[in-house]
Amino acid sequence: MSVRNTLRAFPTLLRVGFSEAVAYRAEMLIWVLATTMPLVMLALWSAVAREAPIGRFGQSEFTAYFLADFIVRQLTGSWASWQLSFEVRTGTLSMRLLRPIHPLMAYAAEQMAALPMRILVALPVAAIGLWLVGAKHLPHSLGMWALWLLAMVGAWLITFLANVAIGSLALYMESSLKVMDAWVALFFVFSGYLIPVELFPSGLRAVTNWLPFRYQIGFGVELLTSGYATAADTLPFFLRQWMWVAILGGLTVLIWRRGLRRFGAYGG
Amino acid sequence: MKALFHRDQTSVKAVDGISFEIADGERVGFLGPNGAGKTTTLKVLAGLLYPSEGKVAVDGFLPQKREDDFLKQITLVMGQKQQLLWDLPPSETFELNRAIYDVPSAQFKQTVDELTELLELGDLVQKPTRQLSLGERMKCEIAAALIHRPKVLFLDEPTIGLDVSMQATLRAFIKGYNERHRATLILTSHYMDDVAALCPRVIVIDKGTLSYDGALDELVRRVRPEKRVVLRLERPVEATALSAFGKVVTHEAAQVVLQVENGAVNETIARALAELPVKDLTVENAPLEEVMSEVFSHGKDARAESA
Repeated sequence: MSVRNTLRAFPTLLRVGFSEAVAYRAEMLIWVLATTMPLVMLALWSAVAREAPIGRFGQSEFTAYFLADFIVRQLTGSWASWQLSFEVRTGTLSMRLLRPIHPLMAYAAEQMAALPMRILVALPVAAIGLWLVGAKHLPHSLGMWALWLLAMVGAWLITFLANVAIGSLALYMESSLKVMDAWVALFFVFSGYLIPVELFPSGLRAVTNWLPFRYQIGFGVELLTSGYATAADTLPFFLRQWMWVAILGGLTVLIWRRGLRRFGAYGG
Repeated sequence: MKALFHRDQTSVKAVDGISFEIADGERVGFLGPNGAGKTTTLKVLAGLLYPSEGKVAVDGFLPQKREDDFLKQITLVMGQKQQLLWDLPPSETFELNRAIYDVPSAQFKQTVDELTELLELGDLVQKPTRQLSLGERMKCEIAAALIHRPKVLFLDEPTIGLDVSMQATLRAFIKGYNERHRATLILTSHYMDDVAALCPRVIVIDKGTLSYDGALDELVRRVRPEKRVVLRLERPVEATALSAFGKVVTHEAAQVVLQVENGAVNETIARALAELPVKDLTVENAPLEEVMSEVFSHGKDARAESA
């Protein structure tokens, strides 16, 4: 698929994908319910911080962190791994392969098309956050807002690419869902989704800095809640985030290309 | 080799020693028992499977490379797979395909109008796909597959599970499409009626090898040269009195089906009219289903014969 054709087709892909997201709104609400863990953690950590702050985190910081956590997860979520695994096993991937657009671009469009619905879910949470803790934790400058956006793009890419890479493993094995389970388990621990990475013991934090998970959630949350004093402080993290984007991008292409040769186009 | 890649030919030499060429605008049926390799051959031609050896060329393209220009020339309809978006109306899938195949707006509108009229889609295309009946959905599947006006149609069991009248509708439509657009048609089906109605030429694939390639009539003549003489009698006749005329295929009360050598048909009819209380009679070929089951059960003989 040429880049020009893809770009030309993309708006329609997004529009149709959006219609699909609207059709699946009930399902999405249930998924949202399954992502309320940050709100549970918020209650938990607030209780812990009632006596005295933990590190830089008092009650208000925890509130800001976990509401931002919820928002970042909504905006960067991906389900491509489950979808790919299903489509490989049932052979429906055949239908995608016969269209003159790269299947990975089609998956990307579908995941992006769900964003408006997810923003709709995230907005009230953002409003509640502003009402509870005010704007004091938000980025202080336009530059920091821009960096947050960049971090969100990186986070989306890492999540999407990891999903596609792991989903493509279904081309080699019966089911790649177990691998995804393992990824999700690591994600819960190391991403900052349940515990801010800043609160990790220093040795573990050093390891976490080199793993991809923090750059899926924690980094974006920290930028949204003024976790970094200056833009320069964010640089080492951006470098690692985009290093992971590159690594996962390369890995995805490799796994996908090799795997397709083994695709059995089952059924039919 | 040069002939294999000639622009106007859709040519194949597939993995399992299957080798054939299909010309532009031809309608060809793949026949074979379950698991014979019909669908596999179709998937190789459409570019879904990498052949481990051998050469395949479709319209000058190497299918497994799945180049855009190739994909825009072909379509694959599988009776048991769908491309329609389940929870959206088919019109959304049409629109999606318009964008993906980069179909100009005017041509898109014309194509959709034509398909809507010929397939009698009416307001079906505005209902969510999940609410459509199997037959309605299949009509919309075929429409979605033709939005880009492909030149080569691969149809894998397109009428599976449909009732007789819907099968007839789709057959008529597919044949019409082939004639209007000079599109090449390659079909697999378990319904012999599909094949008889659509495909002047058949390729019989059995256990992964090609056992016959030629006209359907010729295959029937070769496998079952005998004719069927169907007699309706005024009153029941003893079986012993019938066997003198030919092999009795069925015999129930006042109707008898005899199998008679091709050359002996006239003589048999004359004798039957003279000696039996015949009310009415017809001469037919053996049913295609029966011919095919004979082909498949004697796959080896047929292979030897055509070699």
